[in-house]
Amino acid sequence: MMPALELRGLCKRFGGLTATDQVNLSIPPGALHALIGPNGAGKTTLINQVTGELRHDAGTIFLGGVDVGGLPPWRRVQHGLARTFQIAQLLPDETARDNVALAVQARQGHSFHFFADARKNSDTNAQALQLLQEVGLADRATARVADLAQGERKQLELAAALAIRPSLLLLDEPMAGLSAVESQAMVELLRRLKGRITMVLVEHDTEAVFALADRISVLVYGRVVACGTGDEIRADPVVRTAYLGEGDEEC
Amino acid sequence: MTSDSLETDRARSPTRLLAPRSVAAAIAIVVLLLLPIGASVANTPSATGLMTQVAIYAIAAMSLNLILGYGGLVTFGHAAFFGTGGYVVGILYQHFAERSAFLGLVPGTDSLLVVLLAAVLIGAIVAALIGSLSLRTSGVPFIMITLAFSQMLFFLFVSLKTYGGDDGLMMRRRDVLPLVDARDDVVYYYVCLGLAAGWFILTACLTRSPFGAVLSGLRQNERRMIAIGVAPYRYRLVAFIIAGSGAALAGALMANYLRFASPDMMHWTKSGELMMMVILGGAGTLTGPLLGAAAMVTLETMLAAQTENWQFHLGIILLAIVMLTHGGLAALLRHIGGRS
Amino acid sequence: MIVLEQILNGVQFGLTLFLMSAGLTLIFGIMGVINLAHGSLYMIGAYAAALVAAQTGSVGLAFVSGLAAAAVSGAAIEFAVMRRLYARDHLDQVLATFALILIINQGSSMLFGRQPLFVAIPSALSGSVTLLPGLTYPIYRLLVIGLGLAVAAGLFWLIHRTRIGMLVRAGATHRQMVRALGVNVALLYTAIFGLGALLAGLVGVIAGPITAVQVGMGEQVLILAFVVVVIGGLGSVRGAFFGALAAGLVDTLSRAFLPMLFRHVMAGSNADALASGVSSISIYLLMALVLLIRPQGLLAGKP
Repeated sequence: MMPALELRGLCKRFGGLTATDQVNLSIPPGALHALIGPNGAGKTTLINQVTGELRHDAGTIFLGGVDVGGLPPWRRVQHGLARTFQIAQLLPDETARDNVALAVQARQGHSFHFFADARKNSDTNAQALQLLQEVGLADRATARVADLAQGERKQLELAAALAIRPSLLLLDEPMAGLSAVESQAMVELLRRLKGRITMVLVEHDTEAVFALADRISVLVYGRVVACGTGDEIRADPVVRTAYLGEGDEEC
Repeated sequence: MTSDSLETDRARSPTRLLAPRSVAAAIAIVVLLLLPIGASVANTPSATGLMTQVAIYAIAAMSLNLILGYGGLVTFGHAAFFGTGGYVVGILYQHFAERSAFLGLVPGTDSLLVVLLAAVLIGAIVAALIGSLSLRTSGVPFIMITLAFSQMLFFLFVSLKTYGGDDGLMMRRRDVLPLVDARDDVVYYYVCLGLAAGWFILTACLTRSPFGAVLSGLRQNERRMIAIGVAPYRYRLVAFIIAGSGAALAGALMANYLRFASPDMMHWTKSGELMMMVILGGAGTLTGPLLGAAAMVTLETMLAAQTENWQFHLGIILLAIVMLTHGGLAALLRHIGGRS
Repeated sequence: MIVLEQILNGVQFGLTLFLMSAGLTLIFGIMGVINLAHGSLYMIGAYAAALVAAQTGSVGLAFVSGLAAAAVSGAAIEFAVMRRLYARDHLDQVLATFALILIINQGSSMLFGRQPLFVAIPSALSGSVTLLPGLTYPIYRLLVIGLGLAVAAGLFWLIHRTRIGMLVRAGATHRQMVRALGVNVALLYTAIFGLGALLAGLVGVIAGPITAVQVGMGEQVLILAFVVVVIGGLGSVRGAFFGALAAGLVDTLSRAFLPMLFRHVMAGSNADALASGVSSISIYLLMALVLLIRPQGLLAGKP
């Protein structure tokens, strides 16, 4: 079966610094693959190369078997790639519903219409409401972004990402900035999505990672030093050293 | 916090049709329609001319507002299209008067309908050319490049001696319309007013449309828009072209009003004037450009009547407004009207 | 020989453009602020030098006065207006500095009238030298070239060999980082703005004898300086240098030789008209070309 995402020999250098060092990754469809590593390991840099915001220096990026390496970010989105950001990127002047509705509109490809009322399109509004329901924000549909809590913003971003019906969803630290309760809710949400959408999860919250991930890749100084199931990773001495320093320490 | 208490402005507005805002708008419309009559009664015929200019500049300001206010593209070269429209009129009239043809192919004309259509078309083409290059950049370089292109057009027309060069092109008579006498100042006022109303409606439709939503989204958060698969360049280019045609329409109307087209119409200071109108009135609002155009034209006329050095005072006023306010007149009025 | 002479003219023009655009690119690149009144500082330098020269006849005094006037005006502008604009968006910066242009231009014509001032080349510097057999060139222009190259060298030394320069280079690409490092940003900004003002004033002073000193002279040069910055790349002084030389050469050579070239293929008056048109927009055409090939500028990212 064609992997949903495949990276071969991906490299990125910033002057003298190698941020991504020969990264190989293969994720089957429907899996949830986590990417963990200490700060500065280059996780977000890797994500940015996959989305296309950052131009990779070497290697190939296959999305569902298609080489997307030369495509601009918006084009990759049209190939089924979605992402959420570490700091939720939303449209501040719009309501929650309109944020999602615009994503629906973009997916439907009717954005060069000049004479309809975008915010009164019953079809996009219905789809938007359905997505908000799915992430648990149905009652906040008419709220302005400024009035949403951190957790709600992340939920909203997720709804917008789902609106484009992605085949691959990249989640850049979805738990960042969330309270314990909000994190629980987010974990549940992601668990519900498992199997339906292929996901790559970049996270520091190890509890969430081990609870959700099918496989985990550990990134240190831009290299993948370990790749395996949760149990394998927990037992791997290389990983323990990377995270905990020299010597055995109970965490 | 419930969602009921967090209704947006949009959700509120249908229930406020009889709000002060709508009443004010209705009054304004009546005043505009009856202006020429009032002007002749009060024996101030120049008022009609003044309001004609306001209507024309309103079209130019509204077109700039589309890309500047809604789209968030700071362009300093909008006058290029204004001047293009003016010269389309001037050049076609000159060929008409001389009974010659432009480039030996296109005959001259003094039909207002034809020249307005031609101005819009050519304005769109010029905007497509300039936009396709300029929109490859953003931010500060974009500002500089749009400025440079309008200067380029300025110098081009200054050097075209056959079309007046530095002195500009005079039209002995205004272009004509079937059925009505466009040469009559009152009639021409209504023509301009009607076109301004039409452009206003067009802008209102555009900003509410899916296209407008994307444009506004690009201004609010380009990263988010890319993340949903929107190609920023295309939408901005289309907006740029629409805006350029609007400015060209205004330029054509102005050339007809003044019976004169000159390179100054595309000088960068003209771009500055247009920007001032948009900012003064409130960028990103529907009525802002109208208020701004009215304020600027009135201000300039009043100042120019007082002193030769009116630009000095205009500069001070503009500086004060930029430094001290956020949101221009529209925001001020909204504040007074009770919502912020 | 004529070609050589025109090339020298192009280099001279290019270097004056460089001096204007170096300040601009630093201000845009480091401070992220767009200042349309940069051309006004050029004008102030020119006017001050011209007036002092007329009053005192002393070249040295005129030179110093021009620089001083530009520096003081720059400081005043930075203090009164620019400082409040750093945090505002580009639109506000454009409009505020546009307003400044109106005020300064109109103020100048109120004070000094609209007639252009003609400044004579100082007698010690007038005349020509023979560079090569058959090629004589005005001393003054050679001096301008020399001065331009000297300042260019000085700027390169400053940017690549000093701590301030390091901040400039860092700021050009990572403005937030510089702030985060605790550098006294306010002081840095004022210093850079001051440097830009000084350069603009310098150009004004030396341009006086070559061009007419009049209200509005600043904006002509300003826009060309913008074009040079675009060609070279925002924030890159090296880019400004090569971009300015390219622009200067393109402009001068096209003005000098296009009429002749066009006359080979079309009737006299048409040829002259077309040549005049094309050469006056030649710099903009160059910019359009660069935008097609490399929109961020030729040497972007290389301070």
